[in-house]
Order: sequence, then structure tokens, then C-alpha cells
Amino acid sequence: MIQFILNNQKVLVDPKKSGMAFLDFLRKDKKLKGMKLVCKEGECGACTVLVGELKEDQVIYQSMTACIMPLANAHRKHIVTIEGINMDGLNKVQEEMVLQNGTQCGFCTPGFVVSMTGALLTGEVVSQENMIKNMDGNICRCTGYHSIMRASENIVTDIGGKAKSINTLIKKRYLPEYFKTIKKQLKSIATERDSSGILKRKEGIRLGGGTDLYVQKPNELYEAEPNHMYDKSSLNQIKIVGKEFRFGASVTMGDLYRSKEFNQSVPGQEEFFKLLSSTQIRNMATIGGNLMNASPIGDFTIFLLGLDAKIILANGAKKRKIFLKDFYLDYKKMDFKKGEYLKEIHFTIPQKENNFFSFEKVSLRKYLDIAGVNSACQITLDDQNKIKEAHISAGGVGPIPWYLKKTRKFLIGKPFNKTTIDKTLDVINKEITPISDARGTADYKRLLLRQLFLAHCLKIDENIYDLTTLIRS
Amino acid sequence: MTNNKNTKSTLKKDINLDAPFHVSGRTKYVDDLPELEGTCFAKAYYSRCAHGEIKKINFSKAEKLNGVVKILSHKDVPGENQIGGIVRDEPLLADKEVHFYGQPILLIIAESETIAEKAMKLIEVDYKEKEIIVDPREAYKKGSVLSSSRTFKLGNPTSKFKKCAYVFEGEADSGGQEHLYLETQGAYAIPKDQGGLLIHSSTQGPTAVQKVTANVLGLNMSQVEINVNRIGGGFGGKEDQASHWAALAGFGAFITKRPVKLILSRHEDLQMTGKRHPYRSDYKIGLDKDLKIIAYTASFYQNGGAAADLSPAVLERTLFHASNSYFIPNIEVTAHPCKTNLPPNTAFRGFGGPQGKFVIEAAIHRAANELNIPAHNIQKANLFKNGDEFSFGQKVENCEATKCWNDLSKRYELKRLEKEIEHFNKENKYFKKGIALQPICFGISFTNTPMNNARALVHVYNDGSVGVSTGAVEMGQGVNTKMVQVAAQAFGLTLDKIRLEDTNTTRVANTSPTAASATADLNGKALQDACQQIKDRILPLAGELLKEKNLKNISFVDGKVKAKRKNIDWVDLVQTALLRRINMSAKGHYSTPRINFDKKKEKGHPFAYHVYGNSIFVVTLDCIRGTYEFEAVKIVHDFGASMNKAVDLGQIEGGLVQGMGWMTLEDVVYNKKGLLKSNTLATYKVPDVYFVPKEIEVHFLKTNTDNLAILKSKAVGEPPLMYGLGAYFSIINAILAFNPNASISYDAPITTEKILMTLYS
Repeated sequence: MIQFILNNQKVLVDPKKSGMAFLDFLRKDKKLKGMKLVCKEGECGACTVLVGELKEDQVIYQSMTACIMPLANAHRKHIVTIEGINMDGLNKVQEEMVLQNGTQCGFCTPGFVVSMTGALLTGEVVSQENMIKNMDGNICRCTGYHSIMRASENIVTDIGGKAKSINTLIKKRYLPEYFKTIKKQLKSIATERDSSGILKRKEGIRLGGGTDLYVQKPNELYEAEPNHMYDKSSLNQIKIVGKEFRFGASVTMGDLYRSKEFNQSVPGQEEFFKLLSSTQIRNMATIGGNLMNASPIGDFTIFLLGLDAKIILANGAKKRKIFLKDFYLDYKKMDFKKGEYLKEIHFTIPQKENNFFSFEKVSLRKYLDIAGVNSACQITLDDQNKIKEAHISAGGVGPIPWYLKKTRKFLIGKPFNKTTIDKTLDVINKEITPISDARGTADYKRLLLRQLFLAHCLKIDENIYDLTTLIRS
Repeated sequence: MTNNKNTKSTLKKDINLDAPFHVSGRTKYVDDLPELEGTCFAKAYYSRCAHGEIKKINFSKAEKLNGVVKILSHKDVPGENQIGGIVRDEPLLADKEVHFYGQPILLIIAESETIAEKAMKLIEVDYKEKEIIVDPREAYKKGSVLSSSRTFKLGNPTSKFKKCAYVFEGEADSGGQEHLYLETQGAYAIPKDQGGLLIHSSTQGPTAVQKVTANVLGLNMSQVEINVNRIGGGFGGKEDQASHWAALAGFGAFITKRPVKLILSRHEDLQMTGKRHPYRSDYKIGLDKDLKIIAYTASFYQNGGAAADLSPAVLERTLFHASNSYFIPNIEVTAHPCKTNLPPNTAFRGFGGPQGKFVIEAAIHRAANELNIPAHNIQKANLFKNGDEFSFGQKVENCEATKCWNDLSKRYELKRLEKEIEHFNKENKYFKKGIALQPICFGISFTNTPMNNARALVHVYNDGSVGVSTGAVEMGQGVNTKMVQVAAQAFGLTLDKIRLEDTNTTRVANTSPTAASATADLNGKALQDACQQIKDRILPLAGELLKEKNLKNISFVDGKVKAKRKNIDWVDLVQTALLRRINMSAKGHYSTPRINFDKKKEKGHPFAYHVYGNSIFVVTLDCIRGTYEFEAVKIVHDFGASMNKAVDLGQIEGGLVQGMGWMTLEDVVYNKKGLLKSNTLATYKVPDVYFVPKEIEVHFLKTNTDNLAILKSKAVGEPPLMYGLGAYFSIINAILAFNPNASISYDAPITTEKILMTLYS
């Protein structure tokens, strides 16, 4: 059976239901109606639940959107809904939301309360910045957010700073008493033999975090008994091997964000992660899923192309390693053979000297939105300021996540100066083939990629180019 | 409930009384109601063609699917297949033709939602496509209109343009806006004894739902009971358009004799329901050398969609607010309700007002840009003053426009702010700041005079507690709290003694929808009337018990009934009154005095009062990427005497941000085939926590001059949305700081695409 703790109750579910969206399970099977169904695409956070897992003898919680979370991904975890946060009287988060009038129609409110409570349970510092970050996947149509932010500010005033223990949070009325028992309960589930069989499935549609597939075909997944990749431990490793950074395909964006190894290897990517969807989705979305989705605009794909990553494709014991840039053949077509699955992603850790790595993205809404165009750029200069290596990728400008091979060829050996940049703009413009769609007209995408390439260059040398000369007079 | 105890002890005044239940997820919306045994689930099968003849419908495969209970078409409608309100031009289910992509054709009723969804995929409809029109100018040219055009006129602009020092003309367009109430449209219909129906509906207009449902089912209105506990956001989208879904659920329940639930998925809601009207407009503005606007003309082409819905009323309000806060002695504005093949567009906070205001603001900005002065020089020179006349004949009274303007510029040091921005723009090459001022003036009342009335029912129970029913629907705006405050104040009781009941057509009938910002005023006054009736009945008894001859000396405070020397407990008075067989229930009524409007002359006094305000926007534009951040929005708003500052501040902040979204992010895109392209939350973006201004400062300007607002607390629902226009103009000003020759097209929303294209134009 699939087993997990739902609020304060152990729950067993038939493995046949492993593909059911967790929110349907809550609302239809368990009749818990506190979490709301709004968008069914993880875009609004009204169904946010907390997912607690034992990590290094601590229960760490992550927020996720239940509407696109497979039931299987709850296996052996603690799932907290608004009902599991309620206590006798209001808890402190709820009380602040009431006092600051952080709720109007109330439909988004349980999701916000769960997200805010979750911000206290991630193990991170409790600050206003982190509180807001934890609400970046929650949409409210009534309040304009300021009242909610005033509520979170008061919470930070109350218990800001270093992460607090579960016991402290209980004492200070942020959590109900039963949270004390969760660690023990999770340990006992962990030691039981896993009888669900869901992690041993080899057949069926491969499903990771579900953040894309549930948007596309929720009903099919419910009936499909998918092959769940999310919790397969062989796909969840993060490590540094020699000069390479390596991670498994089921590693989530949230895992990388929190990974010490990753932050050592590619430092300063706070803003990049912030630009990737929302906290809830980052906690669910696997990098493997992002790559396999083959979206021409996938942020992580573009990021990894800029790092010139390689991927390991496995088929049973057989493995092959190819460059990510060679993986994408045409729109949603990949160099991918039957029986294969994406196992690992590797990239060479960028050298610290004379090497510049930059990611840029512009979308209609700055956060939690799909890019109009995104781009990553890694340029290595030699001692004479000549370009030794250049990896430039761009999304939204062709049928595949684009690695600009011609641009690379053009750049190598050239001095890094205005003349080179001017000529490169032409090369880029010739290399890409954007089309007009919901993300913008082709003209806009061409203009935007020009700007993003210049933005990369300005990060290397802010005086290298004068953009005002580009204004048409 | 346990948390009642806690809230009473720890929460102070000025909260929303619903909040403790919202934050604990205990509030029930339609889809949260426990399902009765035998409940069926319904889905509307909708048109995949925006305009065409239905050649063939085949649902035999779907009907045979295990678990499908019934599939209904227009042929099965027992009453009239008609749901149109103002104009009778919209069928419940399409018959021979379809007029928009998303128009309901069939109703599928199944044992589960999943089965209904599967059945939908088995349905085949053949269409013979006809010409599809999505642009209102094109529609007008081809004579495709929903009702007649309207013109408001004062003075004679045509002759005055010649005398103006400056004349500018051009076009200004504003886009649609999806309501995105978080709770989608939906209803749960339950058969009652004696052939009646109870429908739990997520609606702002219970009476509209009742009327439409009765009409399509051939029932008396008295047989259809509509109940609204509350709704998860409305913003106008559930004023008229909730009726369709409730009537369909009612139709299903009526035919199958089983409870039927119909909840739209987000995708269906986006695809099938109407939105804020996109407008395309022409303007001409003439100023004298002192920047006084001497003459103004505008033509508005309203994109009404495929049926009239509320479009004629929305159109009217565009004209009522066409000059925003400015007095223009010679003005002629005309609006055309154009019929296109989009879902029927409908009410949305501001109700056509924002669209009208956008055009005058664009005209002013254009003039200012050409004259190389800040737009606020023109804005300020033309603010309404007492005694001025609106284009529709009403005289300006109790005007707060100048007071708001002066308070704002002093309080927030406008001159210093402008200097700071100038300095910043000199120092920064790729980051530019833009500033804009946005005054507002909004009339309160339904412009359709007969709708300005309401009723309330009050029961005082034996233990002194009070039950209140009104026609107001709680949708987040805090009207429940305000009604409780009104009753508590009337009887001198604490808030916890008052219970606000669901909005139900069997208790309060023939209601106007919760709309036009007027709901608290209308229902609050009706409630005051009901409370007063009860007080009048028990005052003689109170006089007897308190031995007070002059009943005017008796007051109701702090749970007591007090005379000069003596007082008694409220409960004791109530119990004595009941023993004396005094009627402790009352029905109150209110209709707004003085207001009138003559649609033939297009003149009158349609508004009970106006609400004023002013705002400053500061935005920082990243001129490399075409992205922006709002630094601050500072507001001085005319609240009258606010009843509940927390609730009212929430309306200001929320309305402001919603208006800013309309002007920037929110891009409703239909293709030429009438198919909505922004049909998911991945493609339609509303403000998120990072989008909102880093600072929002709201000063409550206390004004005490008006008496038609409830407890002198002016209506606050719609007006703040129009501050959002400032978002547009501040971005434009930042663009001009980077590229003074940028070609500005006054075409909202200003998306990141338009920003970048304009920056480098």
C-alpha cells in the first residue's frame, strides 16, 4: 500500500491510485475541502500542501501544489493541509492574517496560510524575504498582497532569525501539538518494508514531479498507473566528481537550489532560481522532467546548455553519454531510443578565473511566468582578452532549446570588444528562427535576444557597449 | 466553533468578521458543500466554432458511455431557451447557430465529473462556419451592433476646437480583462418538494439567477430558491454571468429529479465566460494656452461580444466617466456597443468607467507630451469644482478633487519627488524612473435608477441575539462585516450578538445585484430601516420600564437600554417585549432619494454622490530588458467617514493592484478565429506578490459632507481600480526618459513586449 501521514492520521491507499492528483484525493476521497481547486496547473497555490520528509534526523517540509502532485509522491511522507494546521483557536499565522485583513474572499487564503507556515519549516532563516519567496506561487485576486505581507512581517518580528525547532513553533502557537510525533511516525514508516511496489514499477508512462504532465493529461495519468521516477533513490544523487558536477534526473530544482555542492560549483544563482516558476513548483519539478519535456523555452534546459552539460541515457545496464546540445533534434524530438531513460546530468564546473556565466530571462510577469526569450551565456577569455570558449543558449527563438553553434564558432578567437559584439548581433540574428506566438511576435523575440546578449556582455564589462546608440532615430 | 472564543478575546475592532473562518479553511463555497446522495455532475459542451450554423450534432456515443445519465440540448428546455437580461438575445443552449467559441450547446449529466469529461470527448458537432468578427471597429462598420449608440453632450465642442490654442487627436485602445475570481463559476441545484428547486449559486445577483432559471424551466419565480453563502471573488464576473451556469444546473436537476452540480474548470471558465470589454476609441482634445481643456470629443467602440449581456449599461458608464475628474465645458462623447464573435463581455469592477477614463488620460498625456510639459499640469488645471456640470447634466456637489490633489502633492512632496527622479534619470543610463499622477472621480449608484433599492429582514430572538438577512452578497469586499456593524450600532450590541445569514431569495426578494459599489449603502440603509422599526415598536415599552416619558432620551448602547437615570439590559427588554406580544421581526426597505436620469435627453442626476481621490506612481524601468518595478504608489482617497478601515484599505489596495494588472500584465488575446489564446493561468498573468508596488501608502481623507452613504462611509469597491491607469502612464513616462522620441501608441496593456519595442522605436 501507499502509506503516508495526512495531518495527524496515517493513511493507506491502494497503489492503483498512485497517479491520482493529490488534491482530488483530498477533496473527493477524504472530503477535506479546505484546500481549493482553482487552476489545476500549479499556477495559483490555492491547493498548497506541505510535504514533510525525514532528512538527517530532522523533518524538513517543502510546499507543493496538490493539484498536480501525484499521490505516489506522498508515499512515506507527512502531508499537511490547512486542516492539519488548525488548532484550538487560531494559530499565529492565521491570527496575523486576520488582524492585518490578509483575506478578503477567502478562496486563496488557506493556500497562503499553508505557504506561510511552510516558510517556518524549511530549515531556512525566517526573514521577510524568505516569507515572500514562499508565497511566490500563491495568487490572490482581492488584496493586492500588501496586507498579507504586513501579516508576514509581524510573524518575522515575532520569530524571525534562525530556523526554529518544531517544539518552539508548537510552544509559540504556530503549530498544533501533534507535530511533535511526526518524526517518530515517519521513522516507523521508513523502517517498514515498502509494500506499495510503486517505486519498482518499470512499465508505464515515466512521471517525475508531474508539474508538466498533470497540466496536460490529468485524467489519463489517474488511470495509467505511471512509472514513478520521483523518489527512486538512484536518480536523486547530487555529487562532485573531479571537475564535474553530476546529478540524477529526479533531482528537483529545489534540491539544487539548496545543494551546497551546486552553490559552490555555480555560485550566485539566487536570482536564477527565483526566476524559475514558483517555490511550490521548484520543489516538485525534476530537472530530468524539464529536459525530457523538450520545451524550446525551458529555463533549466537553457541554463544547462549554457554550461554545455552532458546527459547520461540508460537502458538497463547500457548507458550512453551525449552533449545536451546534441539531444534536441526538432520540435519535441530528441535523440532518444526506445527503452532508454534519462539517468544523469553532468557538467564541467566553470573555472573561477576569466570565466563569466550569466542567465537572462524576460517574461510578461517577472516571476512565475514562461519566458518570452531566455538565454544563458558562458564566456571564457584568455590573458589577451580574446574569447577562448563561448557557450550561448537561447530559448523561444526556434523549435528547440537553442545552443548557438554558429555564434560560438564566430566568437572563438575574437577579441572581446564592441566590434566583435556588433558583428555577433548579426550572427545571432541569422542563426535563430523565432515564430510569433503567445509569448510574443518574432520581431520582439529577435529584439529581446539582442538585448539579452548585450545584457550578458554588460555584466562582463559595463562599458563595452552603448545601448542608446541602438535607438532608431 | 472553538476559534470564535479565541478571536473574541484577541482580535480588536476593524477586522473582517469572516476572516477567522477563511484562514482556517472552514468557509464553505459552492463546491465545498457536502454532496447529497444521488448527486450528478454536469458539464456544458461548448462550441468549437466562433460563428456558424450547426449542421449536425452527434452525441449517441457519449450517451451510451457508462455513467452518463442524460445529455440535454435546447430541444429539452421546458421553458424559454433564453437567458438575456437587458436584451433577449442569448440562448441557454445554442439551437441553430453558434455565435462564439465557448458557447454552450449541450448539457452532459453524469454520475461523476470524470465521466462527464470523457463523454464530452465523444461528442461530434459539424459547423458551417460564417464570417467571424473580433474587432469592434470592423463590427460597427458592418452594422453588427448589440443595441443603440449613445451620446452625451454639453456645450458645443465642434465649434470650439477652432478657438483652441492646441488641438490633438488620435486613437486610444484598452484591452479586456479576465476577472479571475479564484472560485470558478458554479452552482449546485437540488430538487425541492412540490416541484421547486433550491440552487446554491456562486453569484452576485441571486434575483437574476432566480429569474433566468424560472424562465428557462417554465417555473414561477416563487418555485426557485437561490441561496448564496458567499462567493470566492466576483469583480462583476458573477453579476449576470452566474445565471447561465445556475440555470444549467437547475435544468439538469429539473429533468433528472436528482441534485446536479456544475462547476466550471478554470479552463472552461476562461474560455466560455465574458470579461472586461476591450475598447477602441478616437479622441480629439482642444486646450487654451492656460492648459484649460476647452473641448473634447471621443468615440468609443465597445467590444461587446456575441450577446448584449450588460454591455448597454457598461457603455453608459463609459460616457458618465468619459471626462474622469475634469471639467470640460464643451464635450461630446459617443459610444457604440459592437457585436463581435467573442464570449459576451460583461461587468468588471469600474463597469466601463475605466475604459472611458483611459481615453481622456491618453488625450491629456498626448497633449502634454507634444507640449513638452508634465501631464499633471493639464490634469491639475482642469479638476472639477463645485457648481461645474457633468456632461449628463448633474451639478458637481461636495467636490473633493482639489482637496485630494493638494493634500497628495503636499503630503508626499511631489516637487521633491520629481526632482529626485530627474536626478536619478540623469545619473542612470539604462534605468529610468517614471512618475505619473492619477486622479479619480467615480459616481455611486446604479445608473439604471430603478435598481437603487434594497431590503433587509431582521429577527430579534428571545435571547437578545439578532439575525440579519439582506440582498447583499459577500464576495470578499466585507459587506457582511459592514452589515453586522450597522445592526450592532442600531441596537447598541457587540458584533458577536449579530448573525448575518446567507443571501437567500426566500428571505429577501427582488434584489439588485451586489454591484455598482452601492451594496453596503443600499442594503445598510434598508437594514437601518428594519432595525429602526423594531426600536420604534419597543421604545414605548422601554419608556414604561425606565419610567421615562420622553422617548428621545432613551438610547441603545453597550447591551443596555438607557434613560437618564435608569437602564435595563437589552435582553430583558426583548423578553418583556415578546411576552407583550410585540413583533420583534421587521423588513426594512430603502430606495435612494433624489436620483433620476432621462435616457431620451441623456440628462439627469443619476448619482447619489461621487468619490474622489488622487495617486502618485513611481516606476523604475530597466531599459535593457524592457522590464519594470513599481517603487511606490501613494494615494489620498476620499473615504467619507470609513466604517471599517481594515476593510476599506483592503478595497483600495486590491482595486489598485487589479487596475495596475489591467494596464500592464493582463493581456486577453483572441485570435482571428475568435479562439482565446490566453486560456490558462500559464498564459494569462495577474499580479503576483513580486509585481505589486514595493510601497503602497494610503491616506484616509476624511470628508464629512455627504449623507447618502451608509453612516457617511463612502462606497469604496470600484473607484480604486481606476488609480491603476497611473501604472500605464508612469511606464510611458519612463520610456520617454530613455527615448524622448519614442512613438507612443496608447494601446493598453503595456506588456513587456510593447515596452521594449517602444524603447527602441
